[in-house]
Amino acid sequence: MFEFINTLLIGLTSGAIYALMALSIVLVWRSTRVINFAQAGQALASSYFGFEALKYVDSFWLALIIAMVGGALLAAFIEIAFMRVMLKHTTSGPIANVAPIIATLGLLQIIHSTIPMKWGGADVLITPPLSNVGFSIGEETLAFSPMKLAIVMLVTLLLLFFTLIFQKTNIGLSLRASAFSPELARLAGVRVDRIRTLGWAFSGATGSVAGLLLVVNGTGSLSPTSLEFSLLLISGFIAAVIGGLESLLGAVIGGLLLGLVTAFVLMYVSDSLFFIAPFIVLLVVLIARPQGILGKKGGRRA
Amino acid sequence: MSLEVRNLTVSHGAITAISDVSFSVREGELVAIIGANGAGKSTLLRTLSGLKEASHGVASWNGHNLLKGKAESHVRHGVAHVSEGKSVIPELTVEENLDLGAIWRRNKSEAAATKSEIFALFPRLHERLNQSADTLSGGERQMLAIGRALMSKPKLLLLDEPSLGLAPLLVKQIFDAISDISRKYGLSVVLVEQNAMGALKIADSGIVVNLGKIVMTGKSHDLINDPAVQAAYLGY
Amino acid sequence: MHKLSNLVRIILFIVLGVVIFILSNIVDEYRVTQGTTIAAYVVGIASIILLTGYSGQVSLGHGALMGVGGYTAALVGDQAGAKLMGETATGVNLPIPLTFVAAILAAAGIGALLGVAAARLSGPYLAGTTLALAVGLPSVANQFKSLGGEQGLFYIVGDPPTALGEGVTQSKWYFWIAALTTLIAIFWLQNVMRSRYGRIWKAVRGSDVAAELAGINVARAKILAFTLSAGLAGLAGALWAMTIGTVSPSAFQLALSFSLLTGAVLSGVTTLGGVMIGAVILVAIPEIVHSVVDRVGASQTVADNLPSLIVSALLILTVIFVPNGPVEQMRSKSMKKKARHH
Repeated sequence: MFEFINTLLIGLTSGAIYALMALSIVLVWRSTRVINFAQAGQALASSYFGFEALKYVDSFWLALIIAMVGGALLAAFIEIAFMRVMLKHTTSGPIANVAPIIATLGLLQIIHSTIPMKWGGADVLITPPLSNVGFSIGEETLAFSPMKLAIVMLVTLLLLFFTLIFQKTNIGLSLRASAFSPELARLAGVRVDRIRTLGWAFSGATGSVAGLLLVVNGTGSLSPTSLEFSLLLISGFIAAVIGGLESLLGAVIGGLLLGLVTAFVLMYVSDSLFFIAPFIVLLVVLIARPQGILGKKGGRRA
Repeated sequence: MSLEVRNLTVSHGAITAISDVSFSVREGELVAIIGANGAGKSTLLRTLSGLKEASHGVASWNGHNLLKGKAESHVRHGVAHVSEGKSVIPELTVEENLDLGAIWRRNKSEAAATKSEIFALFPRLHERLNQSADTLSGGERQMLAIGRALMSKPKLLLLDEPSLGLAPLLVKQIFDAISDISRKYGLSVVLVEQNAMGALKIADSGIVVNLGKIVMTGKSHDLINDPAVQAAYLGY
Repeated sequence: MHKLSNLVRIILFIVLGVVIFILSNIVDEYRVTQGTTIAAYVVGIASIILLTGYSGQVSLGHGALMGVGGYTAALVGDQAGAKLMGETATGVNLPIPLTFVAAILAAAGIGALLGVAAARLSGPYLAGTTLALAVGLPSVANQFKSLGGEQGLFYIVGDPPTALGEGVTQSKWYFWIAALTTLIAIFWLQNVMRSRYGRIWKAVRGSDVAAELAGINVARAKILAFTLSAGLAGLAGALWAMTIGTVSPSAFQLALSFSLLTGAVLSGVTTLGGVMIGAVILVAIPEIVHSVVDRVGASQTVADNLPSLIVSALLILTVIFVPNGPVEQMRSKSMKKKARHH
């Protein structure tokens, strides 16, 4: 019984982090209709920003905020210096669809190669701000700790925050309008280029939270080739696709689903099938609903 | 406040879409631009609203150079463009489409007042306020598109074939609405249309465009009675 | 290069083969080994050119498909070499040509399944699925002991037949196998691309909807492209396995899929003409970087990471400024020139 509950809780917590990653991917998709494969790399880089920040400040939460700002700036920089140039040059031609995918993958590789040059390839440590010791109920220890609780709460907060922004504010309206119809948005006076950069900045900030939370959810160690980040890249993306790419809620559902499934596979099935589980989940979802769980039928594709 | 266009030339690659076009629109004047499909009328509007670059010439509204700067800056100078075909954002609701029109305006209460005026003009929009725009009929979409343009409190309205694809009864409604609006708000209007008769009937003056060049201008009344125009565009 | 008759092409390929043969006897051992790697990359890159450049689909999982080919080769191939090393020979001990065919078929089979899914998915969804495959499939090998787990399996082709004489070393032998296989594969692929199928794929790449309206069975075309492309990747995997001598999950990671994509873009993803360019770059850059780093004396981490940094930067620059690749770019320049002179 406790095993079941523990698995559930572990799955929820990692699922929440995947959800956050998926959120950042959906944010970019919804504001510029590009899948940013470099997202996890940016999250990795932002985690290193956080690590640097911790050399100067004591509070993890402050470092988190600094990392968010860093992540947002990095993303904005990528959008301005890189994506705009790329989109201008590749709107036509046979590989117009594929070019952004390949380019962001290239960017991912660049980030992955540059990080070790600055911070070395070995593990660095980030101490979690809250205890990772599980709450006790009677004699049993839950796989749920103050740290994990904080993670779940933070993710929920961010989700609410972004939903509010997208649905209830003028900025959100501008973001959505720019994504659906950049031309009409321009005619209405929306500064589409700036709004796009803002969308990327939001996603960069979200991604950096996902990265840092990933680190403190685990052992606290961070390295460029860390397994967890590879998993984050894939899971975040798969979660976004499962959720349908169109809604923030979908991203969260996708993330939680993936987190739960992988946790249960790990606990009840086998260790090694851990990596193929996301693929199976993805296949199942896409076969049943090719547009993703909350995606819109037949409408927008790549 | 007037629209001045001088020697405007616009090319698509090797093809010249508009050649040496000059005309002006006074304050409060409704000018109809008629011509066959592909004559360059849409390109003209797109150039005036900043979506397309001009190769030569001058176009200014109220002293503001329309050929320079990004498209999104023109609305701040009172220029609103209702494009042909896809003129609303189907994924947004009716209200969101309208709000989008006023998004650059600082005075939110004035914007709200404009919204009420638009509801008075097009009650159907108020009925469908929270519906997604893709559920609207063709006529309702045109009303929404015009409504959105009005939300930006324009002084110059560029309309690209508003009657396209609409049933005859709706066509009359739209033209009546355009006429009323321009009179009520004292707008300068450039009305591009294939429906020459409908456009000329509500216009003060007209311009006939063929293959990117102006071939005839005059008071709308004169154009309606001109035999050449009648033969070519009015179906007589 | 593109409107030659079949006879001329066959002759050209034979000449190319002879040139390669002569070269292999001139250059030193190390280069010959590199040549084998280049050959494997050429086939792998060609598979991407077919899939992405011709039929417009994207796959991040071709590294895993190479793995399928490699593992198949290890399982059914001639293990005489393994016996020599005292390892227990597994598998069926098929001769090389049959081994390669088996690798192609196995990968093509998976490709067909993937293709069925791919036909229903577009851009990002397809990318995600293949990404998941790329990460998931290698780990399956860990699960089953018969697949060698983390250590993997051996695939040792063994020594060249004595009939060829003394001068033929093992690396030369491998190189000739790889080069011959590659020449045949590329020739075949070129045939396919010039056929009706090539035109159908190009139509599909341009626009699904337009192709459908023109009467093309889009789904079938896409699945076919995926299947053939996967088969090629499987062949590349078999060559890869032969070069390295072992297959293991770590040899077929996501990075390999990235390399194939990179090589394809650098070669010019829409045409076979430049397929060597990407392969050579992928092999040459690490070496150039290492020699530069050795001379300059930079740190180890720089040395380790600089190759992929440079290759990725090249990739991005190519995608932005020369998206159709150098060969296509030159072709359209010369066509424009011709048009102007008329």
